[in-house]
Amino acid sequence: MDKIRSENLNVYFGDAHILHDVNLKMPENSITALIGPSGCGKSTFLRTLNRMNDLIPTFHHEGNVYLDDTEIYDDNVDVVNLRKRVGMVFQKANSFPKSIFENVAYGLRIHGIDDEDYIKQKVELALKSAAIWDEVKDKLDQSALGLSGGQQQRLCIARTVAIEPEVILMDEPCSALDPISTLKIEDLMTELKKEFTIVIVTHNMQQATRVSDSTAFFLNGQIIEHGPTEELFVNPKEEKTEEYISGRFG
Amino acid sequence: MNSVKEEIEKSGSKMSSKTSQKIMNVVFVFSGILTLLILIVIIGYIVIKGLPSLNLNFLLSNPIDSGKSGGIFPMIISSLYVTAIAVVIATPLAVGAAIYISEYSSKGKIVDIVRFGAQILASIPSIIFGLFGLQFFVISLNLGYSVLSGGLVLAIMALPTIFQVAEVTLSSVPSLYKEGSYGLGATKWQTVVGVILPAAIPGIITGVILGLTRAISEAAAVMFCVGSAITTPIFITDPGRPLPLHLYVLATEGVSMQNAFGTAAVLVVIVLAITFITNYLVNRYQEKMMGER
Repeated sequence: MDKIRSENLNVYFGDAHILHDVNLKMPENSITALIGPSGCGKSTFLRTLNRMNDLIPTFHHEGNVYLDDTEIYDDNVDVVNLRKRVGMVFQKANSFPKSIFENVAYGLRIHGIDDEDYIKQKVELALKSAAIWDEVKDKLDQSALGLSGGQQQRLCIARTVAIEPEVILMDEPCSALDPISTLKIEDLMTELKKEFTIVIVTHNMQQATRVSDSTAFFLNGQIIEHGPTEELFVNPKEEKTEEYISGRFG
Repeated sequence: MNSVKEEIEKSGSKMSSKTSQKIMNVVFVFSGILTLLILIVIIGYIVIKGLPSLNLNFLLSNPIDSGKSGGIFPMIISSLYVTAIAVVIATPLAVGAAIYISEYSSKGKIVDIVRFGAQILASIPSIIFGLFGLQFFVISLNLGYSVLSGGLVLAIMALPTIFQVAEVTLSSVPSLYKEGSYGLGATKWQTVVGVILPAAIPGIITGVILGLTRAISEAAAVMFCVGSAITTPIFITDPGRPLPLHLYVLATEGVSMQNAFGTAAVLVVIVLAITFITNYLVNRYQEKMMGER
């Protein structure tokens, strides 16, 4: 079943036409990878899925994005609630300058949860499901900024997981990490897809083949090809796709 | 055409770059030492000159014979009073304005106007604030000659200082933090209170301290408004005489040069103590927040 899908989505920043008629279905409990050269619009597309682009004053769009069967740009959709359902992990680990515990608790607190016992349990669960509990359990009250880049990124995943979203968007989550931290996060993603629907933007083709179930190739704001990951990488139908994945451009 | 190497050789003959580097090093080191020296000489001079007056009795008793002898207890209380009033009133206003400008206003004209306004406000001579305070707070609002009137004038003076520092600090909070917070479904207000303000606290406190030291060192702005009484103010409507004003009176009216230096020394020590203590606390907070790396 499709968890989230776009229909004839066009995105503009002012006069610049960034996305052209993007139709993409992202199935539930699977990982969809978005690949393509820099500036092809894949991050912009990702950010339309939780309305992060709303923060940019010149942003406007045509077409639809559905989460289950709700059109997320409908007037009666509450952005706060949408972002609770569609969480996001950013390119650069952006843990807050707070303690490790408070970083994860923050999401729960802003949604009005004030039962400290519940928060404690939930933080522990989230840190465990982000595979970082063992590394931080003895220093929960220390600053998150003292952690390594890879640890901080997993903390950010824990922070997102804690509020139990349905979809997790990842914007090049490993681009600033070393190979070992990257592998940890890839393993984690495979674990997480049992519970969540994941959409990931990546520049790393090996990463797309390792973790994703389906892949969409973006070029100049259009989807050139979309299909099961293995098929797209082994037997690309479009010439452009083949050139890109074999490293001839991008 | 000559090659670059030849050109360099042609022009480099005047003075070797090593020599000019050495000369500049000496110039920079000298200006650094000079700055430090001026600071040490002034503080040292005042403290040494004031030392003979300094004792517990001087700090804790009332002035006798308009300050010729006795102590400066009422002046210390007056100073703390007007400064506290200034900080308590100016800080929320300045920080509120800074939050509005950095987070809520849709950048552009209004931001530039407010910034420019703050700059102008900060550059107005303090005696003009004093005159305004006399007319507005003391007479029009009928607050009388009181530490309240003095404190309000100082609040207006501290306002642009605190605002400017707070605004720069808030604007420099990485947008990554904001995105992270919005991405979790936080509202703007929750993001400001939960993420942006905590990250900006050290900078904001620095601004408050700058405003505070400006307020506590001010004589001209308060002289028209506090009433220059030498009794200890108890209520905010009581008149008082802050330390800088007392110092001014002692020195210009030839009451006692010795006690003027004593008063100056106390003022310097108070300002230094406030600066050191807050620096220490801010560093502690920052270490806790940023992790020791």
